Amino acid sequence: MAEAAAHDDHDHKPYHGWVRWVYSTNHKDIGTLYLIFAICAGIIGGALSVVIRMELQEPGIQIFSGLAQMVYGMNGDAAIDGGKSMYNAFGTAHALIMIFFMVMPALIGGFANWMVPIMIGAPDMAFPRMNNISFWLLPPAFILLLASMFMPSAPGAYGVGGGWTIYPPLSTSGQPGPAMDLAILSIHIAGASSILGAINFITTIFNMRAPGMTLHKMPLFAWSVLVTAFLLLLSLPVLAGAITMLLTDRNFGTSFFVPDNGGDPLLFQHLFWFFGHPEVYILILPGFGIISHIVSTFSKKPVFGYLGMAYAMVAIGAVGFIVWAHHMYTTGLSLDTQRYFVFATMVIAVPTGVKIFSWIATMWGGSISFKPPMLWALGFIFLFTIGGVTGVQLANAGLDRSLHDTYFVIAHFHYVLSLGAVFAIFAGWYYWFPKMTGYMYSPVIANTHFWVTFVGVNLIFFPQHFLGLAGMPRRTVDYPDAFAGWNYVSSIGSYISAVGVMIFLYGVFEAFQKKRVAGANPWGEGATTLEWQLPSPPPFHQWEQLPKIK
Amino acid sequence: MRKFLASAKFLAGTAASAVLFSGVAAHADQPRPWEMTFQAPATDMMRQIERFGNYTMWFIVPITILVLVLLAICVLRFRASVNPVPSKTSHNTLIEVIWTVGPVLVLLLIAIPSFQLLTAQYTPPEEAKLTVKATGNQWNWDYEYQVDKTFSFNSAILQDADRAKAGKEDRNLYPRLLAVDNELVVPVNTMTRVLVTATDVIHSFAMPSFGFKIDAVPGRTNETWFKAEKEGLFYGQCSQLCGKDHAFMPIAIRVVSDAQFKTWLETAKTDVPGANKALMAEIDGTNKVAAAGN
Repeated sequence: MAEAAAHDDHDHKPYHGWVRWVYSTNHKDIGTLYLIFAICAGIIGGALSVVIRMELQEPGIQIFSGLAQMVYGMNGDAAIDGGKSMYNAFGTAHALIMIFFMVMPALIGGFANWMVPIMIGAPDMAFPRMNNISFWLLPPAFILLLASMFMPSAPGAYGVGGGWTIYPPLSTSGQPGPAMDLAILSIHIAGASSILGAINFITTIFNMRAPGMTLHKMPLFAWSVLVTAFLLLLSLPVLAGAITMLLTDRNFGTSFFVPDNGGDPLLFQHLFWFFGHPEVYILILPGFGIISHIVSTFSKKPVFGYLGMAYAMVAIGAVGFIVWAHHMYTTGLSLDTQRYFVFATMVIAVPTGVKIFSWIATMWGGSISFKPPMLWALGFIFLFTIGGVTGVQLANAGLDRSLHDTYFVIAHFHYVLSLGAVFAIFAGWYYWFPKMTGYMYSPVIANTHFWVTFVGVNLIFFPQHFLGLAGMPRRTVDYPDAFAGWNYVSSIGSYISAVGVMIFLYGVFEAFQKKRVAGANPWGEGATTLEWQLPSPPPFHQWEQLPKIK
Repeated sequence: MRKFLASAKFLAGTAASAVLFSGVAAHADQPRPWEMTFQAPATDMMRQIERFGNYTMWFIVPITILVLVLLAICVLRFRASVNPVPSKTSHNTLIEVIWTVGPVLVLLLIAIPSFQLLTAQYTPPEEAKLTVKATGNQWNWDYEYQVDKTFSFNSAILQDADRAKAGKEDRNLYPRLLAVDNELVVPVNTMTRVLVTATDVIHSFAMPSFGFKIDAVPGRTNETWFKAEKEGLFYGQCSQLCGKDHAFMPIAIRVVSDAQFKTWLETAKTDVPGANKALMAEIDGTNKVAAAGN
């Protein structure tokens, strides 16, 4: 003990002020930085979507021409044209921000950084300095993306207007200006950050588990992060390759995607979706882990079918790599190719169904208390199911012929991401907030936040199924007048959700203001994972004596 | 929530037929206000797609309701106040096998008709009698008729200023954002092959009531087909983000009788605007007669 105490004296105690945060190699501090970053990015990305919904509230162009006038100083017809392009830039930025700068930093950088080392009984991540650079690569990437919105792209337009999928030739010859180059650089840097993070998590989870914690005893959140890290490690380099080719096509005269010189625009789509499809599982898998913990905690029961749950995630991750061309049914793939991708895509529904049913079975026979995290988890399970079954419909190439690139797809992926991943983030937030800060939030505010958000997001996205069925194409700044009704409903939902975000922010403020002490384990006997054995907030360094797992 | 869709379909169907029989001249298929389902099919293929879509609803609606009911039971029966002592069950091999095999069977039931539908989309029932080529440009379409004397024309969104001159002032028949200056004219009940490509960026050639959507990719010619069963004017929109005016490059197909098509084709080979004008005059004339007959 004396030795340990002596060691503590020249231990890496927190520095004071900004040095603590900028130089930090501590997984909890870095996790906090990630969470703050994700909240900031989420507010910006969310604001972009509200402006989009304001534009779409009525037929015609009302918001964006004025906005182009204000921001870019355009006038007359130039403002109308600039506004149309600006709409595309907003849609693109909304997607990229929400994916790379909100959901991934929150779930992987934030919660996983905070909780995985604690849960597996490790003092910190395997590579603390790499953890630091993983985080500090993100702000410059984000700044590059935001800056791209003010750079010229196509003639008379600013900002990347190619959608987050940045398909060439629209992203090459279609937008010659520097905006796209900045966005490519931004994605490169954000991707490098994620790859470093993934390496860190894989190493940590494989090598730093406490004695007795075998992989098959490891909490499901750690499992979900392990699978996610592998997906990141295997898919992001492919994206990096694809956007590097895009960059050289744009600037150095190569012709990877230029048909005139023997290239193929569809090659990019294959490479992009080889990354893009695993990416959507990257966004949702950590959420699966969080939901498992919360459902188990508040039902006061162990997770039902633990091994099935863990290997369902492994299966989803593995199969997720061989379904990418279901995003490309209308590109002219051969019949046999489409048959294969229909089949493979439908297979994913099986492990996903196992997860849904296992969550319900975990609750079954439990003694459930409906604290805010549990409300969010219940909302997640139901809404994710809706997004899941529409996914099964979309998997069928024959049916997707009619639904591809319509609002039905928008509705589908927002049900699994906006109402799935984001609900999981809020569930995790309300679950771990007392642990991370030591303070308990107001359950009334948290519940209000839930119900307002629940009503809001369903109002946004459920009517979009109808718009898609009726044939409304996505990514259009204006629409035929017949679509006005449901678009109006959808926009109202967007404003309600925005109020939800305000309530969320106020709840955070209120919790820090009131400083209600949460205690080491506010959730009672159901909370069995290791983080609840530590005080709240946990000490700067935990597990100086490794916990023993029975 | 999904059963909502099924009942709504009925409502939408009645609404649609109400519009159809309400004396609107030539019926046109286009999205309708508060529509909650597919537009009315105008080809057998779209009818098959709609049938399959409805068929999948028979699985996904009950599954969603099942999850909702199970959640409700958990909330009501296993809340702490009702059930203070939790069970410790965490395994049951039988039920885990059931909820793995059950979904597999459901997926098989969906997959079989799904593969049939997909195969049908790539197996035209007969040889094409007419081939047209659609070329996407930012932001309009070129249509080329590959007949004995190949000719082509451009089809762009109808500008408000041109409505009067084109005789397209009826905004129900020629809606904002959907109406074009020159429609693609095809004969009814005729197997039509569509070749699709693009000159600049990727576009997508889509016609909701016909049940096709095929990307127009530069450097590649994609192929699809349709056989329109109803005469009338049908609308679609470019379905792949293609830049600033992506929302403003509609697709309009006018399906006419064989005789009308022959007349139109002969004139169009040399004079497209003239052929369109004559065709519109004839269709409007017939409709007026039909309306008077009612």
